[in-house]
Amino acid sequence: MKKYLSYMIVALLALLPLIGLSSYTMHILILVIMWSVIGMAWNLLSGYCGQVSFGHAAFFGTGAYTAGILYSKLGLSGWWGLPASIIVVTAFALVIGYICLRLRGPFFALATLSIGVILRIVAENMVDFTGGDLGIMIRERTWVEKIWYYYIILALACGTFIVVKLVIESKLGYYFVAIREDQDAAESLGINTTLYKTIALCLSAVLTGFAGAFYMNYMGYIDPKVVFALHDISIVAIMVVMVGGVATYWGPVVGAIIMVLLAELIRSIPLLGTAHHTFFGILLIIIIIFLPNGIVGDFAKLNRIAGFARRRS
Amino acid sequence: MSFLEVKKVSLFFGGLAAIKDISFSLAKGEILGLIGPNGAGKTTLFNVVNGFYKPSRGDVLFKDRSIAGLKPHRICRRGLARTFQVVKPLQRMSVHDNVIASAFLRARDKKQAEEVARDVLEFTGLFEDRDVISKGLPLGKRKRLEIARALATQPELLLLDESFAGLNASELDVSMGIIRQIKNRGITIMIIEHHMRVIMALSDRIVVLNYGEKIAEGAPQEIRNNAQVVEAYLGEAQSA
Repeated sequence: MKKYLSYMIVALLALLPLIGLSSYTMHILILVIMWSVIGMAWNLLSGYCGQVSFGHAAFFGTGAYTAGILYSKLGLSGWWGLPASIIVVTAFALVIGYICLRLRGPFFALATLSIGVILRIVAENMVDFTGGDLGIMIRERTWVEKIWYYYIILALACGTFIVVKLVIESKLGYYFVAIREDQDAAESLGINTTLYKTIALCLSAVLTGFAGAFYMNYMGYIDPKVVFALHDISIVAIMVVMVGGVATYWGPVVGAIIMVLLAELIRSIPLLGTAHHTFFGILLIIIIIFLPNGIVGDFAKLNRIAGFARRRS
Repeated sequence: MSFLEVKKVSLFFGGLAAIKDISFSLAKGEILGLIGPNGAGKTTLFNVVNGFYKPSRGDVLFKDRSIAGLKPHRICRRGLARTFQVVKPLQRMSVHDNVIASAFLRARDKKQAEEVARDVLEFTGLFEDRDVISKGLPLGKRKRLEIARALATQPELLLLDESFAGLNASELDVSMGIIRQIKNRGITIMIIEHHMRVIMALSDRIVVLNYGEKIAEGAPQEIRNNAQVVEAYLGEAQSA
C-alpha cells in the first residue's frame, strides 16, 4: 500500500485540474508544486549534505534571468530557459562552490547569503543586460489557461522527486550524509569531500534554477527584487524544508503546502497581512523548539500528541 | 624495503614543534605500538601520516611512494585507514549505514557494499546492533564501530588511536581478540594506547614519544626496562 502511495498522489494531482478548478485555485496549486521543487532542491544540499544555504535565491534568480534574457535579448521562447539554465546555473554553481565550499557550517551559510544579495545588486545595476529595476516582461504568454503550466511544473516536480530519491539511495546519498555528520571522518574514510559537496551544490542549484526558469515563463514578469529576494525566496526555501521535514522525501512537499497556504491566508487578513514575515518567524521558532525534525520527520511525535489529546477529551 | 616509512618528520605550529625529527619504519604484517605521555605528539603523528597535516619537514613513504601532503581521502584510497581517539561516528546514521558509507570506497555497487558491511560487522561483533542509530551506542561499541568503519575501506595499514580507552575488562578482551584477528588477515597495524597491558601484549615493537621526539624504540621487553621511558612516564623521582 505504502509502496504505491507516491504513484497514487501523482495520479491524483494529474487528474485534479480536470474537475474544473478556478484560476485562483490553480495558481495556488502551481505555487505549491513550484515550492516543492525548490524545497527538494534545497533539501539535497542542506538537508542531506549538511551545507546550509541561505542563498538559494541566487540559483532561482539565475534560472529566471536565463529564461528572461533569452527572450528579451535573443527573441527566443522563454521555455528555452529550462535547458539553457542547466549550463548557466551549473557554471555559476561551480564558481560559487569553489569560493564557498571551503568554508564550513555558519561560514558557508553566511557566504551563500551574501552571494544572493550580491547577485540582486548586480542584476539591478547591469541595466543593459537585465533591464535593471524595470525587470523583464514576457509580453505574449504561451497559454492563457493555467492547466499547461500546471502540468509542466508537475512533471518537473516528479522529475525532481525521482532524481533526489535515486541520488539519496545511491553511493552519492551515503556520501552526502557522511559529510553532513562529520566531514573529517568522511575525509579519512576516503570520501573526496570537496568533490561530493560540489556535486550536491550543482544538483541542488540546477533543480532550483529550473523552478526559476519556470517562474519567469509562468508569471511573465521578473525583477531583481522578486527573484533574488532574501526573505521571499532564500528564507522561504529554508522554511519549506524546516516545516516539512529536513532530510525526508515528502518533507518539502508538505512544507510547501503549508507555507504557500499560510502566506495566502495571512495576506488576506486585513491590517495584519503585510506582517506575514513576522508570522513566518514565529512559526519557525515553534517548529525548531517543538518539531525539530519537521512535520514529516516528527510525524510519530505529532501522532502521539494527537492521540493523547483525544484520550483526555 | 619497508611498508611504511616515516623519515625525519617535523611539524611546526608557528614556532612550536609538535613533533621533531621523528623516524621509524614498519614492516608488513607487524603491529607497532606508539606510546608516550599526554601531549607527546602521538595523535599529531597520526594526523601527519593520515594526511590531515602536511609535515613541515621530512617525508612519509607508504609502499615506497611519498604520501606526505596528500589529502586524507587520497591516502585512504591507497590503503591506509584510521580511527579517531575522540570517536567520530556518523551520528544520525545507523551502524549498518556507517559501515556501508565507508565500504563504497572499493565496492562496485550498493549490493557489494552491503556484503562488505555485513562481513565487517560480523567480524567486529556489531551485527546485532546494525540497526541502532550510532548516537545511541555505548562507548565500547562506538570504539568498535570506528574499527569496523576503517576495516570496511579494506585497508592494508590500520592506524588505531586509543581504541581501548574507557573500555571495561571484558570489552578489552573482545577488542584485543579483534586486533589479533585483523593481524591474522594480513593487515599491518599501528596503535596508540595508554593501556600498558594491551600494548605490551599486542605490539611486536614499540616506539616511545616524549615532547614530540622519539626517545626509544624496541621490543616490549626492552621498552619496559628502558630508563628514559620509565623516567618520562613516572618522573625523575622514581629513578632515585
